Amino acid sequence: MNGQALDIAHLLAGSMVLVSFLLLYQDRMFGLLNVFALQAVILSASVAWQAYIQQAPHLYVPAAIALVLKGLIIPLALHRIVIRLGIHRTIETVVGIGPTMLFGMGLVALSMVVMLKAAAAADPLAREDLAFALSVVLLGLLMMVTRRNAVSQIVGFMSLENGLILAATGAKGMPLVVEISVAVSVLVAFIVIGVFLFRIRERFDSVDLQALDEFRGERR
Amino acid sequence: MNVHLAELALEPLTAVLIIPAVAAVLLVLLPGYWISARLNVLAALSTFISALFLLFERPPPGTYLFVDDLNVVFIVLSTFVGFTTSVFSASYIAHELEISRLTPRYLRFYHAMYQTLMFAMNLGLLANNIGLMWVAIELATLTTVLMVGIYRTHEALEAAWKYFILGSVGIALALFGTILVYMAARPVIGEGQDAMVWTALIQKAAGLSPDLLNVAFVFLMLGYGTKVGLAPLHAWLPDAHAEGPTPISAVLSGLLLNVALYALLRFKMLLSANPAALAPGPLMVTMGLLSLIFAGFMLYRRRDIKRLFAYSSIEHMGLITFAFGMGGALANFGGLLHMTMHSLTKSAIFFAVGHIAQAKGTQKIAEIRGLTESHPVLGWGLVLGVIAIAGLPPLGIFMSEFLIVSSTFAREPLLAIPLVFGLLIAFGALMLRLNEVAFGEATGSVAPVKASYLPMFAHLMLVLAAGIFLPGPLVAWFQGVARLLG
Repeated sequence: MNGQALDIAHLLAGSMVLVSFLLLYQDRMFGLLNVFALQAVILSASVAWQAYIQQAPHLYVPAAIALVLKGLIIPLALHRIVIRLGIHRTIETVVGIGPTMLFGMGLVALSMVVMLKAAAAADPLAREDLAFALSVVLLGLLMMVTRRNAVSQIVGFMSLENGLILAATGAKGMPLVVEISVAVSVLVAFIVIGVFLFRIRERFDSVDLQALDEFRGERR
Repeated sequence: MNVHLAELALEPLTAVLIIPAVAAVLLVLLPGYWISARLNVLAALSTFISALFLLFERPPPGTYLFVDDLNVVFIVLSTFVGFTTSVFSASYIAHELEISRLTPRYLRFYHAMYQTLMFAMNLGLLANNIGLMWVAIELATLTTVLMVGIYRTHEALEAAWKYFILGSVGIALALFGTILVYMAARPVIGEGQDAMVWTALIQKAAGLSPDLLNVAFVFLMLGYGTKVGLAPLHAWLPDAHAEGPTPISAVLSGLLLNVALYALLRFKMLLSANPAALAPGPLMVTMGLLSLIFAGFMLYRRRDIKRLFAYSSIEHMGLITFAFGMGGALANFGGLLHMTMHSLTKSAIFFAVGHIAQAKGTQKIAEIRGLTESHPVLGWGLVLGVIAIAGLPPLGIFMSEFLIVSSTFAREPLLAIPLVFGLLIAFGALMLRLNEVAFGEATGSVAPVKASYLPMFAHLMLVLAAGIFLPGPLVAWFQGVARLLG
């Protein structure tokens, strides 16, 4: 494995972190979905690159799943839901964009410090990939916390899962990787269907989760 | 091929998995309440019987499945409560159909999901592969999410959504932790399947990279801890218990929390076997104690009876996590015993509460009064259950709490103070609410309800028997497991 192969792997993984930051400050629903699709495409490229340099052809399967399901089908489906529900205006955030970005940077710094030290024993490719993956996971978590809207929470969750897939494929020879990513994808698809099924809007006239909070069982 | 399959089905290890899986498929296909409720009970009973065989016959560990002294305790308990809950569920669901809270279509779905949940939990308990264990717990989470939302009311949707989001985030963090454990194992055990096999991991645990294990455990603790319902990650638990069908509340509290705790214990054993890694105990002790005290205070403000007992589950899971975090032969023994007793008692309480809520047509504590007068059998059953869960002698929970408290006093007297404080707080709240609900003048409907009392009293009798006398072999068994836990 030469240095160039590593550089490209790091470039792709690093781009995912960058796109996670882009997700954090999107204040339009369509913008959010487009950026999410972009992240899925980069994920797919990154996984495919790992398949190539690790000579592990079974990794092309999760790459294809990421591209088709998360890069295409889910953003399109969410797009349609957003239009149908008429929520394509601005997204309500709990915390302002400035503090969120600062906090996000802190999280990335944290994951770099933790992972680069802890994974020193593992090989360098996996070490840096893990640090990037943890950043994506934490940024996804941050996005879920700072958004109130059901659709943007789902996007945050799916971006968190992109980080998990990045970590799983970076770990060389990880067994079950295909199965796990399939399970995760089923989970994701399930959330999307969940939006339909739960028909939160239909019930609450809003997908703002604050409306949901008011129906807490004990305030009846 | 057929002969081979038949042989597999006769192996107790595979039967525990195959029976619920086949039953789930059958239950999707079969219409009608009568047949599906009975099939559900039958499948749960035969799973329990196969699990009993595992006590005596131990197959050698495979790459995917294995049985040892620890998980056999969980599996027998799990399948037993699964069986009694299916009996309770049959009469509970009949009433829900009568008042058409559930439609026949959802009924089919409900029964299929029940068996799928049993399958997922058994798989999680028997898995010898940390990846497979994760997949099983995720499956169990998804099925319970679907069941919590089954009534399609505002509250049920809200509860299911919250459970779903929090549960998925938890499970995602646990996956990250699992990947990190694999990364730590890869240089020592080698690439591929073997580095995820638990029996191989524990053998080579001392050689794994301690730094990676530490980080992994933090993620696993947060991830599976969410599923255990430890504060401050417990927010999904009361809603999920209160808004779903009551048999599901019983299974959630009695079983699913245990399965998540079991996963946590496995990783704790892995860390304990590595001398350079951080001691997992203090983290578990802190979170356990926090949950115990927090839930104790929260018990006072509950107005919904199912929520009340959901918070009580948080309290007890906190206590169990505390006991396992303390470690040592006595505390581990207490933790195991407490877990068993809590599962039996809490599900018995939910059996009673389910029928009570049906009889009174409400779950609000303020509208339920004088149960011992209006529904004596249910009322006294609930009284007995609450006395047990509050930890009064001579019932089983008193004994396990006594063991945990006394071992804490002996080793860390300072920790014993908040522990006893938390237990007393919870005790007070439960007694207060019990007094309101069970005694005084009866309000609401006094019409008798068609209920199956057998599961409830079977559980309570077991708890009582355990409090009075624990058979020698059982004690020896638990002691062996306690040593295994370190």
